[in-house]
Amino acid sequence: MRKIRVVIAKPGLDGHDRGAKVIARALRDAGMEVIYTGLRQTPEMIVAAALQEDADAIGLSILSGAHMHICPRVMELLKEKGLDDVLVVIGGIIPDVDIPKLRSVGVKGIFLPGTPMQTIIDFVAANVRSRVGQV
Amino acid sequence: MKTVAAETEKQRWEREQLEPALKKSPERRVSFTTISGRPIDRLYTADDLPGFDYARDLNNPGEFPYTRGIHPTGYRGKLWTMRQFAGFGTPEETNERYKTLLKAGGTGLSVAFDLPTLMGRDPDHELSLGEVGKCGVSIMSLADMERLFEGIDLGGITTSMTINSPAPMIFAMYLVVAEKQGADWKTLSGTIQNDILKEFIAQKEYIFPPRESMRLITDIFGFCTKEVPKWNTISVSGYHIREAGSTALQELAFTLRDGIEYVQYGVDAGLDVDSFAPQISFFFNSHSDFFEEIAKYRAARKIWAEVMRDRFGAKSERSWKLRFHTQTAGVTLTAQQPYNNVVRTALQALAAVLGGTNSLHTNSLDEALALPTAEAATLALRTQQIIAAESGVTNIVDPLGGSYFVERLTLDMERGAKEYFAIIDRMGGMVEAIEQGFPQKEIAEASYVFQQAVEKRDKIIVGVNDFVQEDEPPHPILYIDDTASDTQLARLRELKKTRDNGRVRETLDALRQAARGHENTMYSLLDCVRAYATVGEMCDALREVWGEYEEVPLI
Repeated sequence: MRKIRVVIAKPGLDGHDRGAKVIARALRDAGMEVIYTGLRQTPEMIVAAALQEDADAIGLSILSGAHMHICPRVMELLKEKGLDDVLVVIGGIIPDVDIPKLRSVGVKGIFLPGTPMQTIIDFVAANVRSRVGQV
Repeated sequence: MKTVAAETEKQRWEREQLEPALKKSPERRVSFTTISGRPIDRLYTADDLPGFDYARDLNNPGEFPYTRGIHPTGYRGKLWTMRQFAGFGTPEETNERYKTLLKAGGTGLSVAFDLPTLMGRDPDHELSLGEVGKCGVSIMSLADMERLFEGIDLGGITTSMTINSPAPMIFAMYLVVAEKQGADWKTLSGTIQNDILKEFIAQKEYIFPPRESMRLITDIFGFCTKEVPKWNTISVSGYHIREAGSTALQELAFTLRDGIEYVQYGVDAGLDVDSFAPQISFFFNSHSDFFEEIAKYRAARKIWAEVMRDRFGAKSERSWKLRFHTQTAGVTLTAQQPYNNVVRTALQALAAVLGGTNSLHTNSLDEALALPTAEAATLALRTQQIIAAESGVTNIVDPLGGSYFVERLTLDMERGAKEYFAIIDRMGGMVEAIEQGFPQKEIAEASYVFQQAVEKRDKIIVGVNDFVQEDEPPHPILYIDDTASDTQLARLRELKKTRDNGRVRETLDALRQAARGHENTMYSLLDCVRAYATVGEMCDALREVWGEYEEVPLI
């Protein structure tokens, strides 16, 4: 079985990429294939990357407060492209009141500041579509 | 013949006292390190400062190399400026917060702009989706700048503006507002961050390629020496480098090396070093490792004084003196048990004060969750006021001067920074080092090493990987909805209907012309601003001429 493929993306205008880079490296060290998109990605660019890379999961890093605009759009585009089975997780600064709304649009994992890397690695491994191997 | 070196006093103590004590009960850890991973001995004595010379290595406050401070009276003369960074939503909302902070005893303003403004995009650009007014205040045109400072006398306060790539555009707006209020540019004081190198290195809010970006900065240097001589033209920033995950030493070294790069570009542009160097200031982080931070500030003053005098041949003492702002470390704030952040911030603020900061921002307890509420922002300011009024540390200049440990650490930081300078000099300078990804890689590596130390619980963060509390009650936060975005979008449409669009086109054409040639872009930008051109339009005009920078993503 092939390795789990994860696209890590920084949507929006924010350039604070410390978290995205640390988690990208942690997932890679845990045996996953990680594609880091770099900064300033639109939802369209992120979904295109997921399609092209045949990603099993997308990790979005958002600290700027734009998540309620970006996440629903990413989910909508994934559905349009028939990529409903791609696991979407988000890490960043997310107010409590937004968490149920993000879950309702299909974001499966929401990781707040202070989350151990192992928790995220385990979550991705346990929740990606079944055709890929475990790490 | 074999000679045996005489036992030092410290070695005697180790033999007579330490060894028996260790046999009885070992220490808690095999090795003790700072938060940056620097090993620390258990005790420092005179033996750790061989050949230490007071005049050369330290000297008095107000005297070269200013390790003990740039003022002979320290904080007995003038306290640091309590400058709280704030901005969110519409210009009116932020204006109200400024008035609250000034009423509470704040002594300077500091503007936080939203991401579209920082990236030179108008609110109607596709990448501005969801970002307008979120992380700071939305400023599109001169009209917004007028709203931001309504009822605030720009001639009577100093304002710091955290703006980098679009710094010349925002600065031009500030100058025009001041002019309309009747303030004299010659006496106007404040700071623009204007530090593009740390954007490429750490914070990544860049627009134009490095060399064109440096041109804008030298244009500001040249403009200010003539027109706004008291303005601080650049705030060379280690803050963001540290927040991105660097060590204390990397913060010190990369920041000062950035400073060297700016001075070199200014000199290469034909400016006399003493004509612009005194208006360069610095901005450091205050992180959690108390003494390492204090040593960092002290070393920074010493290194800069030597660099300016010896490397650049500056004659003016004002060029030698490093002045700096400090902000407590946002990255140390935890979403868990947010009240713990008050304590962290107080300790970090105390380190900055003991290191002789010239101005200070203390973070609010809720900033790992959201932008601060007014209550949290006031408590953060009170933290500074308590240090200033109650702790007694402001009664003496450089109270830690002469501490064996602090002096050893200060010398070690200095040596480490100079080693980094040598590496970067060999690459051809900081612009070249950035193009090769050198500082970026160093920081990414340090941040990963730190994260692993936290995962392994080698480093403890209270409330996160130890002393954890389950089922914490939710903390009230400032929730910024889309009202500001809707307001700003409507205003943008209105502005484009009511202004003289012919005049806007003319001034933008003149700006493109200036960018293609060698004339100072500040004058063309002032004309654009007066015609109510938007930040997005001015930046787009320069994007057309210079292109945009794209970094190669590395992990």
